[in-house]
Amino acid sequence: MSNATGEPRTLSEKVWDHHVVHSAEGEPDVLYIDLHLVHEVTSPQAFEGLRMAGRSMRRPELTLATEDHNVPTADIGAPIVDPVSRKQIDTLRSNADAFGVTAYPMGNQRQGIVHIIGPEQGLTLPGMTIVCGDSHTATHGAFGSLAFGIGTSEVEHVMATQCLSQVKPKTLAVNVEGELPAGSTAKDIILAILGRLGTGGGIGYIAEYRGSAIRALSMEGRMTVCNMSIEAGAKAGLIAPDQTTFDYVEGRPHAPTGEAWQQAVADWSQLATDEGATFDKEITLDASQIRPHISWGTNPGQVVPLDGAVPDPASFDDPTEASAAERALEYMDLRAGQPMKEVPVDVIFIGSCTNARIEDLRAAAAVVEGRRVASGLRTFVVPGSHAVKAQAEAEGVDTVFTAAGFDWREPGCSMCLGMNPDTLAPGERSASTSNRNFEGRQGRGGRTHLVSPEVAAATAVAGHFAEPADL
Amino acid sequence: MEPVRIISGRAVPLDRSDVDTDQIIPSDWLKRVERTGFDRGLFSEWRDDRNFVLNDERYQGANILVAGPNFGTGSSREHAVWALQQYGFDAVISPRFGPIFVNNATKVGLVPVTVSHELGERLLKALEDDPTLMLEIDVESATVEVQALGVEESFTLEPSAQYRLVNGLDDIALTLSHAEEIARFEAQRPAWMPSLA
Ligand code: SF4
Repeated sequence: MSNATGEPRTLSEKVWDHHVVHSAEGEPDVLYIDLHLVHEVTSPQAFEGLRMAGRSMRRPELTLATEDHNVPTADIGAPIVDPVSRKQIDTLRSNADAFGVTAYPMGNQRQGIVHIIGPEQGLTLPGMTIVCGDSHTATHGAFGSLAFGIGTSEVEHVMATQCLSQVKPKTLAVNVEGELPAGSTAKDIILAILGRLGTGGGIGYIAEYRGSAIRALSMEGRMTVCNMSIEAGAKAGLIAPDQTTFDYVEGRPHAPTGEAWQQAVADWSQLATDEGATFDKEITLDASQIRPHISWGTNPGQVVPLDGAVPDPASFDDPTEASAAERALEYMDLRAGQPMKEVPVDVIFIGSCTNARIEDLRAAAAVVEGRRVASGLRTFVVPGSHAVKAQAEAEGVDTVFTAAGFDWREPGCSMCLGMNPDTLAPGERSASTSNRNFEGRQGRGGRTHLVSPEVAAATAVAGHFAEPADL
Repeated sequence: MEPVRIISGRAVPLDRSDVDTDQIIPSDWLKRVERTGFDRGLFSEWRDDRNFVLNDERYQGANILVAGPNFGTGSSREHAVWALQQYGFDAVISPRFGPIFVNNATKVGLVPVTVSHELGERLLKALEDDPTLMLEIDVESATVEVQALGVEESFTLEPSAQYRLVNGLDDIALTLSHAEEIARFEAQRPAWMPSLA
């Protein structure tokens, strides 16, 4: 499927071109937005902006609101203790009512982290444009959608117009070729990519993840990879839809059926990057060399293989990176040369939109089955959604965790960003399956290490960083 | 939005790279439903440190922030922009910005000034030596000038964002002026596209 001029195009260019409502020389394109996801934190000021300007919402039925960032993960039947959090949740509910937006409140069977419920409900389909006032919106790119995070002013813009004016980014191909070694996961792929690109390597680009190692991933693994695109600064990250995608989507509540399904699959099959299309930038990783990874510093580009050691700041050629590393080691209380596997931890967090889908929970449970959490650790498993939680409970995954000594919680963002009561205390160190190890992200003074669910589970048992093979 | 053409004044040097939006405004502050009151949250985890540069009297009243590369990366929270503005900053200078931060900033009139790595470093050093240094940012010509250093450099600003800043235009109204095209587009969307109706 090439455009009118017959030029071969990449996946993201095709999705972009399909959604151009208005285009003029020297101006950003006006793009139509197929799905707008809304949550309690970045929406109140946008609704307020609409009200103040006397504007209505153009397409409330293309909008879905959920409560996730702020919600407690224990005692959800009781009123929220924190009055400020409670007010934010109440504000979302009354705004959704007033503007006619469907909302899944806490406790609802379809509630969950915004990037988990879209795919679950079949609202995320290939070839769509999807936005949310949340930087991890690229998760939906796993389906071959153009999905990106926006700020509150843009949230208001989409509410009022169902469009966004956007300058077309450049294209970046991230090729991951070959077979992953046993014990390595989708999380390790993206951490390795971030180690290569750094926090700025994707700025100005839309990334397309390609290659045999990406095609071999399940949809859930693909979501884990796309989820962290923003950590390299990429506007979005996507993967061409294929049979794996169609099999995942078919039969979900909002997916097309019957003849429409046939038509949709025919359209989606045309989305893949054309033979001969070129990218503005390209990087290639050898999957067979990707071992389990862990972050050692305070940004997601600061990673090493788990069997490696804390790097020496002096080993960085770039003086900015060297001083960032020095500051990070001080904050993280680590020494250069310290083997990562010798570092003890205080808290285990298995959750977030990166790694709290059913496959993640199953994989972590398989590691802890028949074992016990090391003494003195606080351990949380926070499913990404009610549907994930219900499925895990139906399969008995929850009892594997609780028998091992884990805390089994209600769905939400939880310790990924520590807006609810689940936080690190100053100086506490976590093994976390989330996506950001920024200073204070999980609680003031907290020290976060990003890892896969399998590594988090093995670390829980060992009491220090470990992979399943070490147990 | 008020038009923004010239910003001149003193600047604070924040000599760190990768200042993500979680540092600019920690998540405790995101529970507010109001648009105002974020100034106290700006860099709140660092402000307890008496040596933190915002606590340095010599830089009080400065209206420009100069930071290391990768400023405003991470979370999409526009609260980071509001906090900087409400604290009193009109512009931020850095060799590289997080992309969502740039979008958010230009929507509400905070000017992101992307300069060369050389100029970024030079400004940080010069400001540490001389807190009274005056900077001038001309949004219309996209140039930054420091007379005392004999420096004038152009910076990159996406042309339409620049146009909106200089003219104080409302982005939503601009898009709504294409209402007919939007309606035409909607009419040809496949009926099976997901809807919550
Ligand atoms: S789980 Fe974390 S990264 Fe994902 S949406 Fe929630 S806060 Fe954001």
